[in-house]
Amino acid sequence: MGFEHTTKAFDGDLQELTRLVAEMGGLAERQIVDSVDALIRRDIPLGARVVAADAEIDQMQRTIEERAVLTIARRQPMAVDLREIVGAMRVATDLERIGDLSKNIAKRVTALDSDFHPLKLIRGLEHMTDLVQSQIKSVLDAYTAHDLPAAMVVWNGDEEVDAICTSLFRELLTYMMEDPRNISFCIHLMFCAKNIERIGDHATNIAETVFYMIEGQQLLEKRPKGDMTNFASATPGN
Amino acid sequence: MSEISISTELPAGPIPSMLAQPEGPPKVSVRDLNFYYGQNHALKHINLNLVTNKVTAFIGPSGCGKSTLLRIFNRMYDLYPGQRAEGQVMLDGHNILDAKLDLNLLRARVGMVFQKPTPFPMTIYENIAFGIRLYEKISKSEMDGRVEKALRGAALWNEAKDKLSASGLSLSGGQQQRLCIARTIAVRPEVILFDEPCSALDPISTAKIEELIDELKEDYTIAIVTHNMQQAARVSESTAFMYLGELIEFGPTNKIFTSPTDRRTQDYITGRFG
Repeated sequence: MGFEHTTKAFDGDLQELTRLVAEMGGLAERQIVDSVDALIRRDIPLGARVVAADAEIDQMQRTIEERAVLTIARRQPMAVDLREIVGAMRVATDLERIGDLSKNIAKRVTALDSDFHPLKLIRGLEHMTDLVQSQIKSVLDAYTAHDLPAAMVVWNGDEEVDAICTSLFRELLTYMMEDPRNISFCIHLMFCAKNIERIGDHATNIAETVFYMIEGQQLLEKRPKGDMTNFASATPGN
Repeated sequence: MSEISISTELPAGPIPSMLAQPEGPPKVSVRDLNFYYGQNHALKHINLNLVTNKVTAFIGPSGCGKSTLLRIFNRMYDLYPGQRAEGQVMLDGHNILDAKLDLNLLRARVGMVFQKPTPFPMTIYENIAFGIRLYEKISKSEMDGRVEKALRGAALWNEAKDKLSASGLSLSGGQQQRLCIARTIAVRPEVILFDEPCSALDPISTAKIEELIDELKEDYTIAIVTHNMQQAARVSESTAFMYLGELIEFGPTNKIFTSPTDRRTQDYITGRFG
């Protein structure tokens, strides 16, 4: 943002907000990884820890919101500063949702105790999680560095996540039709995949916020989308 | 037989140095205006329109020329020697910089409210009637009506109706400023210039003046100079940012205060000027 404010404390307020968002982003990232890790390794204690840690993310969102409101009241920010503060609040909301989605995955760990665990499905979910996690990491870096091109790479990169999610859905449907005993496991995994896909969408939301903060206008273009799960169906084999 | 025609007309289209202008019929059009305090070139090639029945705010650091510009709109600078303006300031298509212009008439059409309330040391009633008498001969009952209308227009009637014969100076600061506004609108101007009208007022009086400006724009074209950025953001439709005698950025207020185009505007409104 270039120059410093005449009132130095204002710079301090804004830096603190950005720092808090970055810290919250780190927590959210860890929650994604841990929740999927717990799922794959069927690590029930780790799942429980993820569920418990969500409260910390929720608390951080409240802190960021309070700080932002206080800064608005105190400094009457304009232009780039105002967008910076609105941006911090928006990103914090996305991160809080990411926390909730991770928590939801972690909650399913206990339900997935069947022996049926096709490696192919697990690998698919793992791959999707890796992608989404790197999207989140990149977009948070773009947020702190005010790097618009980097944010746009994330914004355009969600298609791949959607595509993996769609193919995973198809596969799960097939397993469910093959043997009704697979249904419970597959439904839980399906929700997990959908949660990861939703986390990817939040990464693109954050990219849009970065665009708004830097450009001063909303990103109106339509994002390339590859989520075809609405249309995923499988016909019973003959 | 071939004919050669030479065109003496100026090329059509916008003036090159002109920034995009707000939409709407212009009440005042400033074209290539330059102003000098003796040798000091205080305003440089200003081009802008004040749109009819809209509020235009002027912001910028002290000495940027915004008050100077405001004082040109009613030729206030004529009161001082050594000051001159070049260019055009068209009020309804007539250049007010014209030397033959009747200044009293101009100042009735373009009223001004100053930073410090300046009531005359006379009764509240007379503060208003005085100005009207300069331009019109009307009966006592007509005058009573005009005084009431002006006080109502300035949202002061309820507070002042029972003490019209009290001195204007007995009013509070905020009331005095509204009295000055009443005095200005009593002579039925078309344009009202506000030069930091709230800088000496408390927040409640400020809110009342802002509310009043919002109502006044129904009938008048308004220009306001203010150092209070939030005030400019609240009351105006268009905002002009001036710096070192130049018009740096001019556009819709919402745009200027959320995503200004020029770096200097951004630095100024966010408090980074240095």
